[in-house]
Amino acid sequence: MRYLPKSPADRKAMLQAIGARSIDDLFSPIPAEYRLERDLKVPRQMAESEIVDWFRERSRENGDTYATFLGAGAYYHYRPVIIDSLVSRGEFLTAYTPYQAEISQGTLQSIFEFQTMICELTGMEVANASMYDGSTAAAEAVMMAVRLTGRRSVVIARSVHPEYREVLTTYAHHQNLPLSTSSFKEDGRLNLEELEQSITPDTACVLIQSPNFFGTIEDAATIAEIAHKKGAMLVVSIAEAVSLGIVEPPRQADIIALEAQSFGVPLGFGGPYCGVIATREQFVRQMPGRLAGQTTDRNGKRGFVLTLATREQHIRREKATSNICTNQALVALMVNIFMTIYGKVGLKELAKQNLAKTAYAAAQFSKHAKVLLSGPPRFNEFIVQTSEDPYAINSRLLGHKIVGGLPLKKFYPELGNAALWCCTELTTRSAIDTAVGLVAESERSVRSAREEVDVQEVAP
Amino acid sequence: MKHMTRKATRHVSQNEGLIFEKSSSGKAAWKLPPLDVPEVDASALLGVSERKDLGNMPEVSEIEIIRHFTRLSTWNYAIDLGMYPLGSCTMKYNPRVNELVVRLEGLANGHPYQPERISQGALRIIKTLSECLIEITGMDAITLQPAAGAHGELTGLLMVRAYHESKGDPRKKILIPDSAHGTNPATAAMVGYSVENLKSNAQGMVDVAALAAQMNQDVAALMLTNPNTLGVFEQEIHKIAEIMHAKGGLLYMDGANMNALVGKVRPGDFGVDVMHLNLHKTFSTPHGGGGPGSGPVAVKSKLEPFLPTPVPVTKPDGTLGFEYDRPQSVGRVRAFYGNFGMFVRALAYILANGPDGLRQTTEDAVLNANYIRKGLEGVYDLPYSTPSMHEVVFSDKLQAKKGVRTMDLAKRLIDYGFHPYTTAFPLIVPGALMIEPTESEPKEELDLFVEAMKSIAEEVEEDPRTVLDAPHSTRVSRLDETAAARKPVLRWKPGS
Ligand SMILES: Cc1ncc(COP(=O)(O)O)c(C=O)c1O
Repeated sequence: MRYLPKSPADRKAMLQAIGARSIDDLFSPIPAEYRLERDLKVPRQMAESEIVDWFRERSRENGDTYATFLGAGAYYHYRPVIIDSLVSRGEFLTAYTPYQAEISQGTLQSIFEFQTMICELTGMEVANASMYDGSTAAAEAVMMAVRLTGRRSVVIARSVHPEYREVLTTYAHHQNLPLSTSSFKEDGRLNLEELEQSITPDTACVLIQSPNFFGTIEDAATIAEIAHKKGAMLVVSIAEAVSLGIVEPPRQADIIALEAQSFGVPLGFGGPYCGVIATREQFVRQMPGRLAGQTTDRNGKRGFVLTLATREQHIRREKATSNICTNQALVALMVNIFMTIYGKVGLKELAKQNLAKTAYAAAQFSKHAKVLLSGPPRFNEFIVQTSEDPYAINSRLLGHKIVGGLPLKKFYPELGNAALWCCTELTTRSAIDTAVGLVAESERSVRSAREEVDVQEVAP
Repeated sequence: MKHMTRKATRHVSQNEGLIFEKSSSGKAAWKLPPLDVPEVDASALLGVSERKDLGNMPEVSEIEIIRHFTRLSTWNYAIDLGMYPLGSCTMKYNPRVNELVVRLEGLANGHPYQPERISQGALRIIKTLSECLIEITGMDAITLQPAAGAHGELTGLLMVRAYHESKGDPRKKILIPDSAHGTNPATAAMVGYSVENLKSNAQGMVDVAALAAQMNQDVAALMLTNPNTLGVFEQEIHKIAEIMHAKGGLLYMDGANMNALVGKVRPGDFGVDVMHLNLHKTFSTPHGGGGPGSGPVAVKSKLEPFLPTPVPVTKPDGTLGFEYDRPQSVGRVRAFYGNFGMFVRALAYILANGPDGLRQTTEDAVLNANYIRKGLEGVYDLPYSTPSMHEVVFSDKLQAKKGVRTMDLAKRLIDYGFHPYTTAFPLIVPGALMIEPTESEPKEELDLFVEAMKSIAEEVEEDPRTVLDAPHSTRVSRLDETAAARKPVLRWKPGS
């Protein structure tokens, strides 16, 4: 086996040194009746070239040449080449969690820079080193609010990503945290009157997403005011990080749970991504996850360590703020490098291109079909309602090597034949025009079919 | 310093400030293509929601970014540089072909919501890996959704809970041996269970009589690591399983130490009902400085109805898809399907090994640990003489007499060119040295390690100061962790 660095002679010598007759001696603690005396039924050992061929085949079966209009929590943005050059360095790739600070300064300093940039972008005072993803970050942020307020119930906007809501439901279930949902209005924003009524003296927090699942930017300042007035916290989930380049962050929030995948992380069929929690300094001791902090060595030289570990499971066990141990470090490094590349000016220009593409696409679609929930400002996503089932339209689009918007029937049946479309800087005008063309054609044929029916009905 | 270090030598290391300290207005590492749609007026579109300023975000050029992160990288130790014997962490070689295949266009750019018709490749990977892991563990069904070991524990205990509730018997407690990793009790608390400690016996194993006494109708499950965190196989595992099952409890196995078992014995065969695996340990996906991981949970069929949604299935027409309608499911534990990129890498590892390679890997891992044990026995105190599997746990008892503790020894090991072993646990060994070499170490590296550890033990006798002040060869000396926690500085600020 090519990964194993031993010759038969080495093995023999080592067994001899140990004083074992055979390797089986070393497995004698395992009761004989359970020992596996056959080969595992897994594919035979393959050559590297065969492995590459096998996965190439899988890649081809996975839509490797399609343009996409899908977003909904996973966004297709350009990834600068140097991200992979740098994260492929063995010193980053093959290191463990930086518990031994003296030989982990590279990872630790990069986490410190990551935390700083996340604070700059979100308007918060502290950020952690990462969480599994945006959905678990949101769930843990809510649990953090529960600990901070000593209250138990949670109000969730229905315009939060449906799968994030499902995850929160799973997490909350056995902690007996009552959850209620707050609906959205015609314009896509949270219904504030309803929200105000649903906050009780037991409400720990309100969880919203902004831009929300439909791309609509919520009025976080007003929502924060409503929540705070009743002693509840505001937790804001942000799933499209590129929005932070041009959209004012929800600075009034108490906790922000970010999914940073848009910052240089491949779509990768849904993971690994990069969740982050950011909050105010006063709440840091209830924060889950790892934190890097600055300190000095014995000679007064600046260095970095993992800190405030008394929040964590390896010290506090069942009293920890979370059970999280392994996080998404290398993905956070991708995010870090992406933020460094685009920086202060590039992130804004990048976000502007996203705005322009989306504005163009939404305008084009609205000439032929209904763009729902419009009015308030939006980022990257919009809903198109068609006469025909969007699955049928999408299936024709596939013939043009285009993946259409996400049909929403599963999540929001009340929106009818609606689909959530997403544009980024990588969406081309020609793909938009092709998709709009097919939607227009679909509307025309539905209309003429209707007219035909009308004519037939009129005929004697 | 009397003793020569044979593995490592000093060399020049570049200094590098924080990226913010290199920033100056007008530098850029990005360039966008011209827009093919009309420009927009952001203020008009966004109104008050428009962001005007990005604060202290850096402005730097591409070469500076390359140098910045390359310099930082050289301050890290890594498996690629040498042995990384962190016990319980299984720091094995991370094959590079895994990194190539995960970046293939259709896999790297696959959107989680793209139609199943054009997701057959990803689904095939999920299915093949699932089948391999089910075979390796001897279980009946699996979910790949959890993002790490602790997340797998959460998922597993949620299923335990759902199982008991489905029988109208919600139980209250989880039994956890005192040797367990901190995530075990932390997880039990998150699922709303109270935790009851289980004392280990003189051999470092579960005290079966104590378990029998503690087990009752209130206990939902025992969370057992096997081999346990001492690297010891629970020889009475069948009795343990029987005791649990006799009173309606379940046996949960923390599979962090599967590297000692793959191809030699299957947890499903010795009575485990539910367990998690760590693809970032046993199955070679890189640790990446702390993650990402992947923590699949394998279960016996009685727990299958409770798997998180969605569950991958083969449809009547033979194509693959996801099933969402599972009324007894515990629900989702994260968005989408899990850390797919880790599935690709783990499967590539399994394919590179085959059944013979997997078995040889396990044998070599156990061989290496026992070789180290033999080499250091007598030099360091061995608190439990029970046979070791893939890792060996010594204590600092002998060195503590000179005031030198495990962390000091660990720091001195750095000077010898090795990453330290694990010092933080198991808690049942005061001053633990938890050493897991994995199969990836050649005999020469193990010999150097043993030599280094012996040399350090001599230093403790002759010149303890050298050890207490270690490391001496790193770019920073021991860092003040107390100060860091007392007055936390968690971000850079201008002028700081
Ligand atoms: C025995 C044991 N259990 C659980 C865990 C937690 O796994 P993870 O870090 O993947 O969440 C670890 C991690 O080091 C471990 O060693």
